[in-house]
Amino acid sequence: MTSLKVNGETYQVAATPDMPLLWVLRDHLKLTGTKFGCGEGLCGACTVLIDGAAERSCSITLAEVGERQVTTIEGIPANHPVKQAWLAEEVSQCGYCQPGQVVAAVALLKQNRLPSDEQINQAMSGNLCRCGTYQRIRKAIHAASSKMAKGGIIHE
Amino acid sequence: MSDQQVSRRDFLKSSATLTGALVLACYVPGLAPCCSAAEAGFAPNAFVRLSADGSVTVIVGKSEMGQGTFTALAMLVAEELDCDWDRVRVEAAPVAPAYNHTTFGLQVTGGSSSVWSEWQRLSEAGAAARQMLVLAAAQAWQVQPEQCRTERGSVLGPAGRRSSYQDLVERAARLPVPTKVRLKDPRDYRLVGRPTHRLDSPAKVAGSAVFGIDVHTPGMLVAVLMRPPVFGATLKDFQDSKALQVPGVRRVVAVPAGIAVLADGFWPAKLGRERLQATWDLGPGGALSTPRMREEYAGRAATPGTVAAKRGTAGAALARAEKVLRAEYEVPYLAHAPMEPLNCFVDLKADHCHIRTGSQFQTVDRDAAAKAAGLRPEQVTLETTFLGGGFGRRANPASDFVVEAVQVAKAAGQPVKVIWTREDDLKGGYYRPMWYDRISAGISGGRLTSWQHTIVGQSIIAGTSFEAALVKDGIDDTSVEGAADLPYAVDHLLVDLHTMKNPVPTLWWRSVGHSHTAFVVESFLDEVAAALGKDPLICRRELLKNKPRHLGVLNAAARLADWGSPLPAGHGRGIAVHASFKSYVAQVAEVSLDPAGALRVHRVFCAVDCGSVVNPDTIRAQMESGIVFGLSAALYGAITLKDGRVEQTNFDSYPVVRLDAMPKVEVEIVKSTEKPGGIGETAVPPIAPAVANALCALTGARVRALPLTPERIAAARPGRTT
Ligand code: FES
Ligand code: FES
Repeated sequence: MTSLKVNGETYQVAATPDMPLLWVLRDHLKLTGTKFGCGEGLCGACTVLIDGAAERSCSITLAEVGERQVTTIEGIPANHPVKQAWLAEEVSQCGYCQPGQVVAAVALLKQNRLPSDEQINQAMSGNLCRCGTYQRIRKAIHAASSKMAKGGIIHE
Repeated sequence: MSDQQVSRRDFLKSSATLTGALVLACYVPGLAPCCSAAEAGFAPNAFVRLSADGSVTVIVGKSEMGQGTFTALAMLVAEELDCDWDRVRVEAAPVAPAYNHTTFGLQVTGGSSSVWSEWQRLSEAGAAARQMLVLAAAQAWQVQPEQCRTERGSVLGPAGRRSSYQDLVERAARLPVPTKVRLKDPRDYRLVGRPTHRLDSPAKVAGSAVFGIDVHTPGMLVAVLMRPPVFGATLKDFQDSKALQVPGVRRVVAVPAGIAVLADGFWPAKLGRERLQATWDLGPGGALSTPRMREEYAGRAATPGTVAAKRGTAGAALARAEKVLRAEYEVPYLAHAPMEPLNCFVDLKADHCHIRTGSQFQTVDRDAAAKAAGLRPEQVTLETTFLGGGFGRRANPASDFVVEAVQVAKAAGQPVKVIWTREDDLKGGYYRPMWYDRISAGISGGRLTSWQHTIVGQSIIAGTSFEAALVKDGIDDTSVEGAADLPYAVDHLLVDLHTMKNPVPTLWWRSVGHSHTAFVVESFLDEVAAALGKDPLICRRELLKNKPRHLGVLNAAARLADWGSPLPAGHGRGIAVHASFKSYVAQVAEVSLDPAGALRVHRVFCAVDCGSVVNPDTIRAQMESGIVFGLSAALYGAITLKDGRVEQTNFDSYPVVRLDAMPKVEVEIVKSTEKPGGIGETAVPPIAPAVANALCALTGARVRALPLTPERIAAARPGRTT
C-alpha cells in the first residue's frame, strides 16, 4: 500500500510504485476525468496539478509523486474562473482533451495572472486537441484571466 | 403554418409509464411490443420523454463525438415541443430500428447528415407531443384545443388558464398520437437558429462525462492486445510466461485479432504485452512500402481508368487545345488519431452480450458483435458512450475494435475492456487512402475548354458489406466525390478511376473523398487561373457563374478576407471553395514561411452556406474544428510504410496542429433558407488547397503533394532543380 494525496484526500492504494500516476488515478481511484491520450508525455490529456504545477500524470510514477498534493480535474471547483470561462466560451467539442486543457490553464493562471498570447502558446502547446478548439481555449484563458484580475480571486 | 402529414403515422404510438412519463414512441414492426404502459419508461424506440418532474428527455440515436449533435437535435425537438430549454436533457439511444438513419437505413452517425436527416422526424416528434399536451389541457378545461397555445413548457387557455406540461403528462399520455401535426413556421422559431449552449459542456468541463475508456464494472479486466506487426500477418507461435509474471496480469489469450494480455488495469496489461514473445508469418504484407506503391500508382495514372464522369470529348479537346496544363498530385495515408484511443467494453454471458463503447455505427457493430459472440443480434445490447472524437474511425464496416473485444471477452470468460495505445491506433490501419492523381486542362481562346482527371487509389467501400449497394459500375463514389461533380463550367470533362488493391485497410476519414479531391481540384484550378493570367478569385467567379451557392460563399470569404488588399511583407494569400455533404464552404488562408522554411498559417477566413441553421455557434465551432483537422493533414500528416511496418508511432512522428500553430479563424455563416446541409466535415476540404495556393502566391512554389513540408516547399521554389 502506498499513500497518495489527491484532491485533499489521502488514499492508500495497492499499486506498484512504478505505476504511472495516470493509471493509479484512473484504474485504482476511478478518477476518470484525467485522460489517456498518448502515454508518452506528448499530448497533455493526462495533465494534473502536483503541488499546484501542471504535470503529465502518464510520465510520473506513484513513487515520484510521494507526499505531494495531486489535484485532478475533479478537484478544481466548478466555480473556478477557468471552468466558468470554458463554459461561457463554449470550448468543448468531443471534450476528451478538455480536462487536461482546463488543468493546464489553471496552472498557467496561477503562475501568471495576465498571460500574453505568446505565454499562452508556451504553456498550452503541449495540450493537443484533435477537435481544434484552440481558438476558444485562448479566448477562455484571456476571459478567465481578466475575471480573476478584476475580482482579485485567488484560487488554490 | 403548414400541415404536415406524420410519416410512419401508422407506427406512432404513445403510452404512459407508471411514473407518468409521456413517451412518444415509434413502434417498430417486427420487434416485440415495447410500448405498453408499464414498459414505456424504458421503451427503446422513443425520441422524447416528459417526466412528471418537469424534465424533458430527448433520446438521440446519433453519437456525440464533438460535432454538437446532441444539442442540435434536442433543439429541434424542443422547438416544436415549446418546452423550457433549461429542462431539456439528452440520452443516448439504444440500438433499435427506430433510430435508423432516415436515409441510410442503419443506425449510424456519419456523412455530416444528422441535422438534415433528423430535422423532419424530430420536429414531428416534438410537435406531436405538444399537440397531445394541448389536447390534454383542452379536455381538462373543457375548451377547444384551438383556444389554447403553448409557451415555455406550459399550455395557456382562455380566461387565464395555465397548466405546466408536467401536470399534463399523465393525461396526455392516454391520448392517441395525432396523425397530423402542425409544424411551426420557421419565422416563429425561438430556439432553432439562435446560438445555444451545448448540453454536454458542463459534464465535459467537470471531467464527469463518461467516454468508452472510462467504463468500469466490478470484476472487469483490462486488455491490451499485441496485433500483427504488418497487415495480414498471421500468428505462428507465442510465449507468455514472462507476461504472466507481471503483477496484476491475470491471463493471456490468443484471439483472431492478436494476443490479449488481461490484467487488473491498463498498466500491468501494457507491461505484460511488452514481455510477450511472438513469431508471425508476415505474408505479402511484409513487402509493402509506400514509395513502391506510389511508383505503381503513378504508372497507373498514365493509363485510362474506369469512367466516373464524362461530358463532351475531353481527350480530343485537349489534343486541339492551344495550351495544355498537366500536373500530378498526391496525398498520403492518414490516421484519424482521435484524442480518445479506441476501446471497447464487453460483458458476455451465455445468452446476452452487453457492449459499452463510443460507436458511430451501432447497427453494424451490434450485428458484428453478435456474430463474433455466436448470438443473435437481439441478444446484444450496445450502449453508446461519449466519443472522444470519431472522424470516421469509430464507424468501421469491419467493426474491428468491437469484434476483437468480443473475441477477448469470449476467450476470457469475464467482462473485459480493451484499450488501444496511441501506437496501436496509429499502426492499426483503417487509414484515409493514399491517392495519386493526374490532371490536365486545355485552354483555348483565353478560356478553360477541357478538364481530364485520373484518380488512383484504394476503394473504401470495396470488400465491405456495402460494396453491392455503393459501388456502381466499378466506381466507388467516395473515391471520386468532389472531382466527378466538378462545379466549374467546362465543355469537355473526363474523370476516371483506377481502384487499387492492397492489404492496407482504409476507411472514411473526416470528409472522405473530398479530403483528397478538393486539394487536387482547387490547387489545379489556381494553376489554370495562372495560365489564363487571371486572379484566382476572378477566375473562379467566372467559372462558377451558374453555381450561386458556390459563388455566395466564395464572395463572402473574399469579402471577409478583404481579398486584394495589401498584406504584410512576406505574407501570401490563397483561396479555395468546395461543396460537400450538401453544404458549401470557401476559405481564404494567409500564410508566411518561418526562417526554417516551414509554413505558418496566420489567418483563415471561412464562409459557409449550410442551408437552414440550427445552432450557429456549433457551426462556427465545426468550421474552426474542420480547419484545424485539415491543417494538421496539410502541414504534417502522413502514414508511411516500410517493409510492411507503419513508420509512425505517436504524436511525435504523427504531429498535429498545436495551439501555437493555430491561425486566427473568422467564420461567416451565409444566410440561407435552403434545406439544411452538413457541418461536421465540410470545413476540412478547402483548407489544404487554400494554404497551398497561398504558399504559391507567396513564393511561386506549387507543391502538389501533401503534407506541405519545408523540404517539399524548398524543392518546389522556382529556380530550384529537383
Ligand atoms: S497521456 Fe500523458 S501526455 Fe499524453
Ligand atoms: S475537444 Fe475533442 S480533442 Fe479537444
